[in-house]
Amino acid sequence: MAEETHKQTLETLPETEAGHSLWQDAWIRLRSNRAAMVSCVILVAIIFSCFVLPIFSFIADPAEIELSTKNSAPTASHWMGQDQLGRDLLSRVLHGGRISILVGLITTTVSLTIGVAVGAIAGYSGGRTDAFLMRTVDVLYSLPFLIIVILFSAVARGQTDALTTWLVDNTNLSHDSIAPFTGLIPLFVAIGALSWLNISRIVRASVQNITGQEYVEAARSLGLSHGRILLRHIIPNAIGPIVVYATLTIPSVMLFEATLSFLGIGVQPPYSSWGILISDGADRMLSNPLLLIFPSIPFILTLMSLNFLGDGLRDALDPKSSKD
Amino acid sequence: MPPLLDIKNLKVHFHTRNGVVKAVDDVSIKVEQGEIAGIVGESGSGKSVTAYSLLGLIPMPPGRIEGGSAIFQGTDLLKLNERELNQYRGRKISMIFQDPMTSLNPYLKVSSQLVEPLAIHENITGKKALHRAIEALESVGIDDAATRIHSYPHEFSGGMRQRVMIAMALITKPDLLIADEPTTALDVTVQKQVLDVIRTLQKDTGTSVIFITHDLAVVHEMCDTVNLLYAGRDVESASASQLIQNPLHAYTRGLYRSNPSNHAKGSDLHTIPGLPPNLAKLGPGCAFRPRNTIGDPSLCLTDQTPELIEHSPRHFVQNCPGCLAKS
Repeated sequence: MAEETHKQTLETLPETEAGHSLWQDAWIRLRSNRAAMVSCVILVAIIFSCFVLPIFSFIADPAEIELSTKNSAPTASHWMGQDQLGRDLLSRVLHGGRISILVGLITTTVSLTIGVAVGAIAGYSGGRTDAFLMRTVDVLYSLPFLIIVILFSAVARGQTDALTTWLVDNTNLSHDSIAPFTGLIPLFVAIGALSWLNISRIVRASVQNITGQEYVEAARSLGLSHGRILLRHIIPNAIGPIVVYATLTIPSVMLFEATLSFLGIGVQPPYSSWGILISDGADRMLSNPLLLIFPSIPFILTLMSLNFLGDGLRDALDPKSSKD
Repeated sequence: MPPLLDIKNLKVHFHTRNGVVKAVDDVSIKVEQGEIAGIVGESGSGKSVTAYSLLGLIPMPPGRIEGGSAIFQGTDLLKLNERELNQYRGRKISMIFQDPMTSLNPYLKVSSQLVEPLAIHENITGKKALHRAIEALESVGIDDAATRIHSYPHEFSGGMRQRVMIAMALITKPDLLIADEPTTALDVTVQKQVLDVIRTLQKDTGTSVIFITHDLAVVHEMCDTVNLLYAGRDVESASASQLIQNPLHAYTRGLYRSNPSNHAKGSDLHTIPGLPPNLAKLGPGCAFRPRNTIGDPSLCLTDQTPELIEHSPRHFVQNCPGCLAKS
């Protein structure tokens, strides 16, 4: 009898109700957060513009120089005007956006992966493993970040040039289409490999806190392996600070890339990034403020959207914060 | 037939900065098939540490199992490594904890937590597992289990969460359930319901239970045998009825005398003076001597630790003349 009612109930249950629906729930909560959704739309629009629009021919070649119309105001053919060398600013902003977004996403992914892994293992194991990992972090922390990145980029330059040549020889990609990206690999690696220090400390602290909770003990008493406990019970509970920190890391990495490019280690002319465009524009702020204003708009929009999205995600991922 | 679980001379010490804390120092407990064995004692008497060490849940370091054995179905649990222990945890031996408010993962729905032991121990997933989980929830008396199972822990009350914990612990039909003060954090009416659930399920499934508590009234309602711990040692152990009829040790007698229902209305309650000793600084001799007001403290052993003797059949007590003396 009871058996039958179970079967009936099971059949009437929607499929999505069964199993892991933490992310679905989070998505439902995120959807009701207007600021986060607007940010999502803006981010998608910016990413779409940067990665898809330049394929079409109505966007000019970012490297085409027209000295006769340099520093011109927006016109029908150059929607954002032209820069000090007469290059189409819109095209440069879009192409620069590709690089800035890639730098932000890839290095943040690298640093999150390393940081979360190290922090979670250190916080969960405790004892000697913890001490060893955290002293390593301390040592890395004491190294001058900028100098390491500069050294690393210089050393790796030869390798990346070789990679570019290899790719050009072995695939049908043109030199121009991949050179800006392969040139950035040392930057991705160097920034990613050094910027995980903060996130590992944050993750370690929250993992330590969560490990002391009784449900972790309960999970152990049920015979779950350490890996499963970490992945299923501890890291999801630490996701709040991780997400918030990640959304703050992306903009800071984008800014750092601008610094490096300014110093001549990052993206090299004729390629550009938002960081470079903004620092170029800042130099000419008084003579042609549009060169500063136009590249700043997508950059600021991206940073703000990431912050709002981060806030929204943090709220959405915490079931207790739901308003119902 | 050998007992289901036979703990012999268990010693668990914690090596801390303030010295070696002998949290459990020579404890022996037998749990027979299908019975509820109570472990009773004050805070810090070693009852939880005894239970945790069975499942290897003692943080090591600083903890260390210094000696003894815990034979469960022919295997010494204390000699198993982490991987071997995982074959016992949640499958043959399950545990429920003191505070139901924190012993469920707040990020996972009750359904995904309930099916977890099935997935890892019996390889059952999907609707079949969900079906079993709903059954388990119904067996602990949660109404409308098929709907409620999709709630998050924070949508349940404390008593319901403890029921969920019980359901989760028993879903794999373990041979032994360790209940570590399962009702301490609940209010009295809910306590009664949760105890009823444990007792009913215990009777239905024949699971043996180690019931840890500091509440003597609960012990007599629930347990077949009682092991009284003090300062990390057995003080007295006997069947529950034997113990209440004939408590021998001064500590046991003191505890029963403190029971409010033995007092006339308006009279002062009997108390055992003082505090349990600091386990890091405990020397030889009877640990209860400074608090012994019922027996004769002058007769208490001071140079050697009292041995556990079988005073009458299956009634064990620490052989300290001062504590056994009737005043």
